[in-house]
Amino acid sequence: MQAPPGDFVTALSASLTARGEQVDLVQLESIRERFGLDQPFLVQYWKWISGVLVGDFGVSFEWRQPVGELIGERMALSLILALATVLFTWAVALPIGVYSAVKKYTIGDYLITTIGFIGLATPNFLLALVLMYVGVVHFGSDVTGLFSPEFRNAPWSFARFKDLLAHLWIPVVILGTSSSASIIRIMRANLLDELPKPYVTTARAKGLSEFKLLMTYPVRVALSPFISTIGWMFPQIISGSVIVSIVLSLPTAGPMLLTSLKAQDMYLAGSFVLLLSILSVLGMLVSDVLLALVDPRVRRR
Amino acid sequence: MNDLSAENANNIVLEIKNLVTEFPTRDGTFRAVDDVSFSLKAGKTLCVVGESGSGKSVTARSILQILDSPGRIVSGQILLHSLRGIASDADGPTDLARLKPRSNIIRSIRGREIAMIFQEPMSSLSPVHRIGNQIAEVLRLHEGMSKKQAWAQSVNLLDQVGISDPAAAADRFSFEFSGGMRQRAMIAMALACNPSVLIADEPTTALDVTTQAEVLDLIKSIQAERDMAVLFITHDIGVVAQIADEVVVMRQGKVLEQGDVFGMFENPGHPYTRELISGARDLDQPAAQRLAARASRDIGELILTATDVRKEFTISKSLFGLRPDKIAVGLKDASLELYAGENLGIVGESGSGKTTLARCLQRVYDLSSGTIRYSDRNGESVDLGSLPSSQLRPYWRDIRTVFQDPFGSLNPRMTVAEIVGEPMLVSGELSGRDLQMRVEELLELVGLPASAAQRYPHAFSGGQRQRVAIARAIGPRPRIIIADEPTSALDLSLRAKTLDLLLSLQEQMDLSFVFVTHDIAVVRYFCDRVAVMYKGGIVEVGDSETICSDPQHPYTQSLLSAVPRPDPLQRGNTRVRYSESVD
Repeated sequence: MQAPPGDFVTALSASLTARGEQVDLVQLESIRERFGLDQPFLVQYWKWISGVLVGDFGVSFEWRQPVGELIGERMALSLILALATVLFTWAVALPIGVYSAVKKYTIGDYLITTIGFIGLATPNFLLALVLMYVGVVHFGSDVTGLFSPEFRNAPWSFARFKDLLAHLWIPVVILGTSSSASIIRIMRANLLDELPKPYVTTARAKGLSEFKLLMTYPVRVALSPFISTIGWMFPQIISGSVIVSIVLSLPTAGPMLLTSLKAQDMYLAGSFVLLLSILSVLGMLVSDVLLALVDPRVRRR
Repeated sequence: MNDLSAENANNIVLEIKNLVTEFPTRDGTFRAVDDVSFSLKAGKTLCVVGESGSGKSVTARSILQILDSPGRIVSGQILLHSLRGIASDADGPTDLARLKPRSNIIRSIRGREIAMIFQEPMSSLSPVHRIGNQIAEVLRLHEGMSKKQAWAQSVNLLDQVGISDPAAAADRFSFEFSGGMRQRAMIAMALACNPSVLIADEPTTALDVTTQAEVLDLIKSIQAERDMAVLFITHDIGVVAQIADEVVVMRQGKVLEQGDVFGMFENPGHPYTRELISGARDLDQPAAQRLAARASRDIGELILTATDVRKEFTISKSLFGLRPDKIAVGLKDASLELYAGENLGIVGESGSGKTTLARCLQRVYDLSSGTIRYSDRNGESVDLGSLPSSQLRPYWRDIRTVFQDPFGSLNPRMTVAEIVGEPMLVSGELSGRDLQMRVEELLELVGLPASAAQRYPHAFSGGQRQRVAIARAIGPRPRIIIADEPTSALDLSLRAKTLDLLLSLQEQMDLSFVFVTHDIAVVRYFCDRVAVMYKGGIVEVGDSETICSDPQHPYTQSLLSAVPRPDPLQRGNTRVRYSESVD
């Protein structure tokens, strides 16, 4: 955060100058003093991190508001968006991946593979623009943001939640497309490894139906690497959704992180980065715990 | 309704008539099973014997229609005579060959009328489901039992196949079982619905001899109890001699000969059958070549002496040294002597420490304690155990290894010339034209054409690959070769040939062999002396003929009594069991 030259005040004065306003050097100096920016880096860091430990994330320079208040809802919405995207991705990728593996080298498999690669190659923001266009022109729906205007600043209620769900699908589809495409490939490869294994033949020799044996045995085993994807998908979605969030003007963490970095709004940006790191670690933990639940071999070691 | 016809059919349960199974591939159709006919009778065991690729497994899988894609039955009939309560063509048998692989009727036969057990007990059970659930699944599927009933019955079945504490075992996973226990669990699963036919596809090949003997006994006793027909597929003539009532000999998809087991061993009709049987019997006695060589030249001086070699493996290190590290003892103070020009066998079951000992002898492993004295060409003695690895290089050229798996031990991206030449190139001994000539010479020594040099390992069969590995080992003119199960991945007919090759190389190059194996027959054929290992320790060392005919240690006795002799007249020899620890 301290690496680029200058600090919040120089960034502020630069943006003021750019707008053609007069810059009062004395005033700037007093801001710097008020925020403690003239103190050494370690002192500033200590002040901030010791506050974080008791739940005080400091004050945003730019917004002149406590960071906690600013980012609370945005982080929550980011989290909801990420969770919804992960669930969407799994819901789409699992059956398609299984189909693609079982029917390997058929027209269906080739079709899915082609679509998958296109999905992987399409930039998310492009897809966002296309979906916005389709949404507005063909469905006449309000596609930007996560809430309708009347709910934007309303307190949480069931109606507001419903409104959220109605808006959530567009970013979820956009963010989910590329990760689905890669997870379909992972699932297909995993399952192709498992299908020729002897225990599948054993299950077949028991007289199980093809569908049931598929679901009970190879898919179950192939699920393990699939579950570990949650670990890396989570932080990737949150930090990777910045451009999409800006295009769709979503009130999530991404756009605010970007502006805070640009303005060198130290405490705000620092808090975001800290929370994202914690999320990554949590994501890894969740995936490890799930893995141990699903796969007894992991549990016993 | 069928009492009369069943009697007429002499209790035939399953009849295969003119079965043809093909695998369409890009380069044309491969006929894996070609006009095969035989029949299974209630309470009798039919052994199908043949080498790898003979179509015996495909025949078995055709019966249940569980062929790997793209295999399919082209013609022929598979008539199942006993069908319990499933609606079928009013009278007469059901032709399984005409059923669709995914139809309900064939599914109701699989696991219920005809059950199957497989070769690899490790990978044939799901690693993520409890044993009890995997067995209960069959019962719920075919017998419509409730979850609770099925579980109780699974525990009961595990008890019947001789698993101790079956209730706890049902709750475990396959990777917590030993190989023998897994195969018992597989058998329990196969027996769940009391099938009239049991197909066993090499069920004991992956098991140790003592475990094999127990699993064979188990199958026998269950068969007698339930009057089951057993189709037993194997490549092991010894097993055939021990358990078969009738034998079918297959090669390249065709039935060469079939008939009563006693008749066939007495008087084999087909030359191939004769070859199989005599091949197994030849291996059961000392090689003539070896006896002749020993007669003309005596065994030399002591060349390698291992004294109290101990090897411990650290299983898990404790955090900050708070508790002592968890340690497994792989080798318990083993002492062994190897003389120049002799073949020393190390025999034991999996996990007995024989490979560990071999690796310690070559000093690939660091020893935990003990010494390994090697006397080099100039007669100077050196302790390999205490040398740092940087000084071991010259000795690694003197002591070389041939590994078990000829598929895994050759780099698939190197040509045979590169593989064979590498040790001499690395040591700087030879290069360029000289190296090329030496490689050709070596290939000729092991009986491969010079044209093999430019090809890659995948172009060769298992036996040829093992020859490449041998050529690589003898390249730097070693004095000792440590052969770790070099023949166990090979078919019987190739085994004797490979061993004969090693013997002729021994004469030409003045080699000594340390021969690690689990196969007693190979020891008798190839080795002058043998060390028997059990649980990391050497229990008995001695002349191989003496040990094979008159074993002293009870473990050796049990090991030898479990070996299936290739003679049906020697059935039912009393088995000795041994299970104590040698601590």
